[in-house]
Amino acid sequence: MSADLMVKAENVHKHFGRLEVLKGIDLEVAPGEVMCVIGPSGSGKSTFLRCINHLEKLTAGKLWVDGELVGYRQKGDKLYELRDDEVARKRREIGMVFQRFNLFPHMCVIDNIIEAPTQVKGVPKGQARERARELLDQVGLADKERAYPRELSGGQQQRVAIARALAMDPKLMLFDEPTSALDPELVGDVLEVMRNLATAGMTMIVVTHEMGFAREVGDSLVFMDGGVIVEHGAPKDVIANPQHERTQSFLSKVL
Amino acid sequence: MTTESTDLERRETPEAIVAVPVRHPWRWVAAAVLLVLAAMFVHGLVTNPAWQWDAVWKNFFSKEVLDGLLITIELTVLAMVIGVVLGIIVAVMRLSPNPILAGVAWLYAWFFRGTPVLVQIVFWSYLARLYQYLSLGIPFGPEFVYFDTNSLIPIFLGAVLGLGLNEAAYMSEIVRAGILSVDEGQTEAAEALGMKRGKILRRIVLPQAMRVIIPPTGNETISMLKTTSLVTVIAVSDLFTVTGQIASSNLQQVPMLVLASIWYLIFTSVLSIGQYYIEKRYSRGSLRTSRGNPFANLFGFGRAR
Ligand SMILES: Nc1ncnc2c1ncn2[C@@H]1O[C@H](COP(=O)(O)OP(=O)(O)OP(=O)(O)O)[C@@H](O)[C@H]1O
Ligand SMILES: [Mg+2]
Repeated sequence: MSADLMVKAENVHKHFGRLEVLKGIDLEVAPGEVMCVIGPSGSGKSTFLRCINHLEKLTAGKLWVDGELVGYRQKGDKLYELRDDEVARKRREIGMVFQRFNLFPHMCVIDNIIEAPTQVKGVPKGQARERARELLDQVGLADKERAYPRELSGGQQQRVAIARALAMDPKLMLFDEPTSALDPELVGDVLEVMRNLATAGMTMIVVTHEMGFAREVGDSLVFMDGGVIVEHGAPKDVIANPQHERTQSFLSKVL
Repeated sequence: MTTESTDLERRETPEAIVAVPVRHPWRWVAAAVLLVLAAMFVHGLVTNPAWQWDAVWKNFFSKEVLDGLLITIELTVLAMVIGVVLGIIVAVMRLSPNPILAGVAWLYAWFFRGTPVLVQIVFWSYLARLYQYLSLGIPFGPEFVYFDTNSLIPIFLGAVLGLGLNEAAYMSEIVRAGILSVDEGQTEAAEALGMKRGKILRRIVLPQAMRVIIPPTGNETISMLKTTSLVTVIAVSDLFTVTGQIASSNLQQVPMLVLASIWYLIFTSVLSIGQYYIEKRYSRGSLRTSRGNPFANLFGFGRAR
């Protein structure tokens, strides 16, 4: 089922103890689609993104990535939890970029990038380095392979983080506010890299407040509030002509 | 958004600032006073015959002393190896999501930190008497193999176990603090890349925790070097036991204590220097690097970069 979709969410719920953060998310992302997600703080955007690669466990509902159930195996009508190594295996196919970069500070740039391919996939070091250099070139940091993360600007660190995620050849990329920790003049470089990635056909889910990016690069735009999807449509329509009052008031604040 | 740099006039760099530095006369006074006191102390040490320096130097490199020194170093190294390895295991167990592992680790630290190390050393050396033989088999069931514990745990091993198991309890707390000091985002990023728990711990978390773990581990090692002298109560012939034996035969107690102290000082100094270099290695990629070798600073050779 749903094998032709990259991500499919069906009535996804997530509780933290008593706190209900996701209250029934239904969503479909096609291969090659760039979906941008906006919404006020605390609306559950990060939580939903983290559910997709099973950094958080769903409380109820179902979630598929590329036709496979996330976190569970279904036999008949029973669900079996996946073992740690099976979860890890699935995560290799999903790249994630964090708001605070989370580069490994004790490794230089190129070691950050080859860490997962060599340690997880067993790619030979030489080959992994070659690929890493290609990726660094792609994100405009070919001259920084020996630098340590703290020697780079925020924008450069985030581009390395993108290269690190791409080194695993993911079929889906998740971005959680990739530019919100950056100084305004550094945002452009990162968005440029993401734009190129989108043009190259990568499937992306991007939580962002960059409305320009959402409008120009996004294929669809989702507005979340209070753990539900309030509005979902083509970016131009949602931005120019929001149907719900909550969307209107949110957009009036960010535009 | 390019700025038109051609419009900005280039300004000449002014001359470098030359100013009279602030004077610190009291520093000089304090230094002078301390210097005089130190000179008096050294003078007393050298000229007072009660110190019997010739007895110190006569025995300083004697075979018994050097053998004892070797035992002391062996005890320190083995106990620290047990302490660090077991300490990491206990710390990791303590942080495990499995409540049984975490509970066992907690109990371990509770027991070994709650009883005196001297008692533990004596306990392990008496183990041979407590259990005439150690048996491998099903508890309360048939036994398959018998060991004579008197040969299995000779007294030296008892000392190593006593010191090492105790140290592991303290090291586990140090390692745990180190692991907890690493930002959670690191684990998350590694998880998102598809790395497994063990690998994340070994390759991402522990190397970063090292920065926090190493300084106190250096202190533990230095402390262990001196704590080994407790094995004198079970008659392991370490440096302290040996010098005591020499003293009781030649009745030169003070010089023998001085001799032992000098050797302990030499090795604690060597350890401090080693600690500095290891700390420097593990501070790669961090902003807070350590501020120069204290020995080098004191004696004015070498500069912190
Ligand atoms: N591990 C957790 N334990 C308890 N509560 C959590 C946890 N993670 C998130 N929450 C809560 O879930 C709610 C949604 O958080 P989430 O991070 O998904 O929001 P967000 O939409 O990403 O907000 P922001 O724009 O500020 O990043 C918040 O109220 C948050 O406090
Ligand atoms: Mg968030």
